[in-house]
This record gives sequence, C-alpha cells and structure tokens, in this order.
Amino acid sequence: MSARVWRVGEDIDTDALAPGAYMKFGIDEIARHCLQRVRPDFASAVQRGDVLVAGPNFGIGSSREQAAAALVHLGVAAVIAPSFSGLFFRNAFNVGLLLLTCAQAEQLAEGEHVTLDLDHGLVLNEKGQALTCEPVPDFLLDMVRAGGLLNLLKTRSRPS
Amino acid sequence: MMKQTLAQKLIAAASGRDTVAEGEIVTCSVDLAMFHDSSGPRRLEPMLRELGATIWDRNKVVLVIDHYVPESDDESRRIVRIARDWARSERLPHVYDSQGICHVVVPQGGHLRPGMFCVGGDSHSPTGGAFGAYMFGVGSTEMLGVVVTGQIWVKVPRTLMMRWNGRLGDGVTAKDMMLHLIGRYGMNGGQYQAVEFCGEAVQALSMPERMTLSNMSAELGSQVGLVAPDEKTAAWLREVGVTEPLDVQRWHSDEGCDAEWYDFDASTLAPQVAAPHSPANARDAGSYRDIAVQAAYIGACTGAKLEDLRAAARVLRGKRLADGMRLIVAPASMKDQAAATQEGVMQVLTDAGAQVLPTTCGACAGYGGSIPDGATVISSTARNFKGRMGSESAQVYLGSPYSVAAAAVAGRIIDPREVMQ
Repeated sequence: MSARVWRVGEDIDTDALAPGAYMKFGIDEIARHCLQRVRPDFASAVQRGDVLVAGPNFGIGSSREQAAAALVHLGVAAVIAPSFSGLFFRNAFNVGLLLLTCAQAEQLAEGEHVTLDLDHGLVLNEKGQALTCEPVPDFLLDMVRAGGLLNLLKTRSRPS
Repeated sequence: MMKQTLAQKLIAAASGRDTVAEGEIVTCSVDLAMFHDSSGPRRLEPMLRELGATIWDRNKVVLVIDHYVPESDDESRRIVRIARDWARSERLPHVYDSQGICHVVVPQGGHLRPGMFCVGGDSHSPTGGAFGAYMFGVGSTEMLGVVVTGQIWVKVPRTLMMRWNGRLGDGVTAKDMMLHLIGRYGMNGGQYQAVEFCGEAVQALSMPERMTLSNMSAELGSQVGLVAPDEKTAAWLREVGVTEPLDVQRWHSDEGCDAEWYDFDASTLAPQVAAPHSPANARDAGSYRDIAVQAAYIGACTGAKLEDLRAAARVLRGKRLADGMRLIVAPASMKDQAAATQEGVMQVLTDAGAQVLPTTCGACAGYGGSIPDGATVISSTARNFKGRMGSESAQVYLGSPYSVAAAAVAGRIIDPREVMQ
C-alpha cells in the first residue's frame, strides 16, 4: 500500500504537535491543531495511511503523549526522520505510532508516494530508491501491530 | 568485575543483575512512580478501568496536583476534580495538592534517595538524578504499564560525562551551565543517553542547583541527568526528613569506566541567555545588544526555587522595575515560598514591583495564565518553544534568575553582573 509524504522541517517540538493551550481538551481537539504552527494545512487534509517525513530531532520537548496520539488520531501510518527525541520515541510506540529512523529521510519529497517494507526496514520511493531504516526491535513492532501498549496489556491480561 | 558507570549500577540494581552492558534492553523494577494532574489520573483512570487492573503498589505512587491549579475554567476544574476524586477512591498515601511543582515537591517530601529507580509522568523528571536516582520521564500510556506491572524496559545508555572544572564565578549558576551545554550540543545532543555531571564546580553546587542541572538534562535530550551523591546529598535529605539508611559510597561511576568525557571550565563561564524559540540558541548574556524586554517571569521547577528567589532578590533589592516592565514571580513550592517570605526575600521582590502568582506550573507550560501577546519576555523557565508560554506572538528569552531580574531592572537583556549588589 502506498502512502503520501507530508514534509516538515527539523526540531518539530511537542508544542507544535500538541499545543499546550489545547492540552485540557480531548484528542479530537488536540489533533485538529496538530502542526498548525508549521503546516496549517496538515490536520485538515492528511489522509489515513499517509506518512510524515521530518528533519532531525522530531518530537523534542514534553512527555505529553498526545503529541504522538494526535498523529495516530489523524491516521498517520508512520513518521520517518533521521532522529527522534528519545522520550517521544517511547511514547509513539506506546500509543501505536510507527517511527522509522532513516538517515536519508530528506530524499523523500513532499507529495510523493512511498511504500514501507517493515520486514526489511526499508522505505521504497517512486524513483525506485530503497532507503534503509534502523531496525526496530520486535517487541516495539508488536506494540505497533497491537495498536499500542494498552491493547497489548489487554491481550496479556485476558485468560487464554 | 566489569567497571560500571553510575547509570549502569542503578540499572543493574533495578534489573536484579550484577552488571549491565551498554545497548542491552533490560526490564527494571520501579521504586517510585510520580505523576501530576495533567499526565496522571485523567489519563490513567479510564485506562485502568478499561483493563480492569489496579495499582501495583500504592506506597510507590506520588501524585502532585500542580498543572491545572488554581482552576481557572470548567475544563481545569474537571481535570483537577478527577485527580482529587481518584486520589480519594484509590486511597493514595502520597498526594500533594497545590503544594508546588512536582519536581521540587517530590524531593522536598523526602521521596527520593540515592540508588532508586524512578519514573515520572513529565519530561523534567530527570530532576531526580540530582539525588543519585535513575529517574526519567514517560508518557501516560507507559505510566499505565508501570502502574499495572511495577516494571519498565530501558536500553542501557552510554554515559556522557560532563566534567566542570574550576568554580563558577559570582552571579553564574547551574542554569547558565545548562544553557551553555544545550547551546553547544543542541536539544537532542544527549541522544537519550545518560548524562552525568561531575567535577569541582558540580561538587560545589547546592542540592537545588544540582536539581537545575538534572532538570534541564531534558532540554539536552538525555534520558537522565545524574549527579553522584555525596555528604551534601545526605545532609539535604536528612533535612527534609529522610530517615532510611543512605548509601552515598556505592552510587558513583567506577574509575576507568567506559564513558565519553567532556571538559568545561566553570571559572570562565559567563551568564547565558537563550534567544527565541529554542534553549539551544544560548550565548553570553552580555552579547545581546538592545533587546528591549517588557515582561520578566521567574517561575518553574528549574527557575523559582528558594535559591532562585534569593538570586532575584539580590539583584532587585532597593531597585525599581524599568518603566512599563511587568515582573511575575511564581515560586516553585509552598515550602520555598514560606522560607523566602520568612527571610524577607518575597518582600524585596514585591517592593521592587513584582506580582506574585500561585506556586504552580502556571505560565511556564501555558496551562494557566499566559504571558502578554506580542511582548518580548525573559524567563527563568526551561523552554521557549514558540507558543509554549501561551502566546504565539511573544518572543521568549531564557536566563538565570539573576539575568531575568537584571533585565527587569534595566529594561533590556544585560549581563546581570553589571547590576549585582
């Protein structure tokens, strides 16, 4: 399945993803303002299955997991960037958002379509390039497949 | 035995191992889980209910209500009510309601000790590292995992040793040390590894100043910011009522351990100020020319503890604010505010024209109150992301309490040593 690329720059912070002023509201409202500071068109136009491609240091700042949950809520399938904040990285997988650390992320262009090959850790673009991503540990991939830690805890606590 | 860093020793102890190696993923038992009204009950309660699960150990949970108090609208009233109701129904033994900011209240309540492994539902949780505890921030869903299982995974980090040689000059603080490091290495320079602060200048710092180092490790992007405990740590903890035995000898990095070393000269460090909209835009306060400031904020876990209030008072004693200047002071905890009142520090601040706000996270996170739209502001807080303090159009500079107070008097950003008494 191919996904449209949305490009943003470097150092995207958690206030850009989940602005503090909306933190008292639910995820619907937070998601509506997701990235409005850097890409006002994003929240209203992004389609389920699209991917966000960013510069280095994506997700720096707060521990608010709504920063990742807002992207899940909007249907974003993955964020691809050369580096992520470590705290955001944990939060993303915990809420079921796939992050791919890809040194060559900048080669992906706004609006182009890409395919993710998770078995081999590759992002395939329209020019036929295969960009290599850092391997994601299996237990984190399982967490994304389950839709996050909450769902995983549910299956574990269910008597088998 | 393999030589271990302090971070490795703490993780090994929490994972029931003798030693751990860099890069290993291990499961650790959590000694303390701290969360607040924003990251805690309103998010945890529905998920616990959905799971049909209960808290693994109430005695290891600390709830601090500090983000949405005092309640200002229906939404904040709802969030705070959920926290209070949940604390009551769960019979939580450790609850601090409107007592101050979690990162200050938790150590002041005697909850942290060297050797502990702790998580906090807030990004500035590395503050606990100042006491020789492995403490880091997590989001609410990961906190749910801890609250249900008492466990969490970590990837054993590399240690980045930040060795500060010499002594800081008068008017130069831990905040300046951190702004300098963040300016040099960037907001992700810590690469989610373990930072350890050491050297003569770090040993000379008081515990509250060490807390500022560890706190702002978050802005450096490290997982933790550790300081090896010493007699000063033990004395401070005794003072706040910790009675358990304290092992300050065990919790330090072995000589010859595998770490990356970085050396700094504390004696030549000048006060630092970070320009909008990132703490990484830090440079010498004296290098700013003609940046007019209309508002000054002394607040937050990293910038309004007792010593920070004293620093501001030292600059402001007997002076008046610049024309049109608004100076807002929100002490970091009730305890610090009471001590500052008793010492006459609060009186100095209000005599100079400061407006005192409740001791909460307040304007730092833009959760309660806001700085004026369009204004240029200097703040003793940790972050100046665009819009963070509640106004998209404000220009926020970051500096130490000395630098903030000096700008409030001068009406522009200056090296605070020019006006210190």
